[in-house]
Amino acid sequence: MITRQRLAAGACVLLAALTAGIALPTGAAAGEPTGDDAPKVNLVLDVSGSMRARDIDGQTRMAAAKQAFNEVLDATPEEVQLGIRTLGADYPGDNRKTGCKDTAQLYPVGPLDRTEAKTAVATLSPTGWTPIGPALLAAADDLEGGEGSRRIVLISDGEDTCAPLDPCEVAREIAAKGIGLTIDTLGLVPNTKMRQQLSCIAEATGGTYTSVEHTEELTDKVNQLVDRAADPVVTPVAVEGAGACAQAPTLKSGLYTDREEFGQHRWYRVDVAPGKELRASVSVAADRRVNQDYGVSLRAVTASGREIVRGESTGSGRTDVMSAGLRYPKAESDDDSDEDTAEVVCLQVANSFSAASGVKTTPGLPLELTVDVVDGPGSSDDVASFGLGRGWWLLGALVITGFLAGVLWGWISRWRIAVWRTN
Amino acid sequence: MRITRVSSAVRAVGAAALVVLAAASPAAADASPSAGPSDGADAPTSAGTSFRTAAEVDQGQTATATASTGDYLYWSFPADAGQRPTVRATVKLPKAHASATWQVDVYDGLRNRQACQYGAQTRTAAQDAPEVTLSCTLRTVRAWSEPWADDPLPGTYYVRLTTVGLRSADLGLPVSAELRVESKDIGGAAAVDGSLAEPLVPGIAVTGADEAGDDEESDTSVAVLSSIEPDDGWSSGWWSDRWVWTGVGGVLAALAGVAGYSLTRGPGRPSRVPPGA
Repeated sequence: MITRQRLAAGACVLLAALTAGIALPTGAAAGEPTGDDAPKVNLVLDVSGSMRARDIDGQTRMAAAKQAFNEVLDATPEEVQLGIRTLGADYPGDNRKTGCKDTAQLYPVGPLDRTEAKTAVATLSPTGWTPIGPALLAAADDLEGGEGSRRIVLISDGEDTCAPLDPCEVAREIAAKGIGLTIDTLGLVPNTKMRQQLSCIAEATGGTYTSVEHTEELTDKVNQLVDRAADPVVTPVAVEGAGACAQAPTLKSGLYTDREEFGQHRWYRVDVAPGKELRASVSVAADRRVNQDYGVSLRAVTASGREIVRGESTGSGRTDVMSAGLRYPKAESDDDSDEDTAEVVCLQVANSFSAASGVKTTPGLPLELTVDVVDGPGSSDDVASFGLGRGWWLLGALVITGFLAGVLWGWISRWRIAVWRTN
Repeated sequence: MRITRVSSAVRAVGAAALVVLAAASPAAADASPSAGPSDGADAPTSAGTSFRTAAEVDQGQTATATASTGDYLYWSFPADAGQRPTVRATVKLPKAHASATWQVDVYDGLRNRQACQYGAQTRTAAQDAPEVTLSCTLRTVRAWSEPWADDPLPGTYYVRLTTVGLRSADLGLPVSAELRVESKDIGGAAAVDGSLAEPLVPGIAVTGADEAGDDEESDTSVAVLSSIEPDDGWSSGWWSDRWVWTGVGGVLAALAGVAGYSLTRGPGRPSRVPPGA
């Protein structure tokens, strides 16, 4: 669990200010009691006609969802700003075009008034189409602003009926637009196609997919997801790596996020002073279907192009992320003249993922980069600790040496006494 | 006879020294898991979904989590120099399911995958099997290594538990998982000269700098990448049982020297020296 720490913060305040500067429209109210970093959750509920089906614990899917929502609203932590959006709630007709625009904000994202939210949920009745893609876009808009974690929980009982807009690609674009937005999906009594679609949406944003067959499962899962949103998490800073080291952005210690397309290289620069150690790790997430074998490499290269050290990893099969890291301790400089001259270390991130057939290659794969510049390690002269030994062979060798030394010393002193006596 | 007396004395002192040695050496005396029975209420009851959100668990605690089949579950734990951690995970599978392959992966603080020496890291559960148990024993954590080596170093370790092969119909079914990390103390056998200035904890450059300039007025709670630390802090790296071995070796050598010396001198004064000389 990520714990909280009290701190005042050179770097962190700067980081927070940067993030706020990017994420907030100018003039956003900063002093509000809710704070800008309040976690936001948007529950998106499918209210399409199919929710009438009576197959969850003997009641309709809609009734199960309502019951679960009531319990979730009671258990929502204070600090979480919760909103509810519906899809397919208003238009009962057959016009596909109108039906596919049918998404509405039932309860706005903000400080939660439990009674009001419950009343709003109670009015819902299963009605129309299942426009998942448009609903996700609108839900992402609802969560605009603030720098806290943002999460969409999509509860649906059927696949999207509004092709050609693929909700899975919509999700990937939403994730690529902003940082820290996760979509979790829950499928009520799922079938194969729907399971595939919902898990694709979740995968695209680093979320989770859950199949639900019972009301209790639904309540527990939504509660868990809302609680998860309340956990404080480090927000990465968006950065854009360059195609070559010369143009690369210079990074300080921190957590960064970027996008890297298939087969693309991303370069970053870090200044490492003598006596410091650079630690960098990179994760490239597979947010779509990729071919079986893949890998990620992170190389530290000098400005003149010599490779210093590399971290690489390969894998195969199902995965969410591939990561690699490296460590580069820069030795203390012996030469007084270039003391305190930081060396520019170029970091190159490469991946060997390849998109499975029929999968879009843009936007790039999400990339997460951690950079830490810390004090360098102690030097090592010997493999053993301080040159000390251990084990029975050591004891034996010492005893024999000691014994031989004693015998030798004894003979020498006897010989000396004999010489003294004869004189 | 004098010689036998000396040698038996040496033997007795040596034996006593060895007793001391054995008591002082954690490797010899304490092969049990290093963490106490702290199965406290603070063991995490949910898992993270990425490196960034990994749930922090101490060694010796049993972390639990409920999840869906197909989720990637992340935990992190601290491991210090001289320890050889073993990660054990048990997954309770849904009532009806096809055969599924589960896997536990361990990554170090640099997010490099760490190899398992022993243990069933990947296991396929037969159809409708109630649970699957996985384990992974890492190499011994060293205090220092070359940057080009992939040796485990003190710091944060990440555990990822997931299913790597499943039938798509099983996707999303509820499962629950249990994770326990214990470690064997290898002691001085793994001691190396040199140590890291900071353990391999991600984000330590940021948190370390903030702590240095701590300001009481600020009440901001800020999330950190990893705030993990062993119960008794990170070891400084200078102590190892090699000090005891070497010290005892020196004492034994000195005793052997005395024994060897007295062997050449015979009993008491030289017999040929007349009394009063």
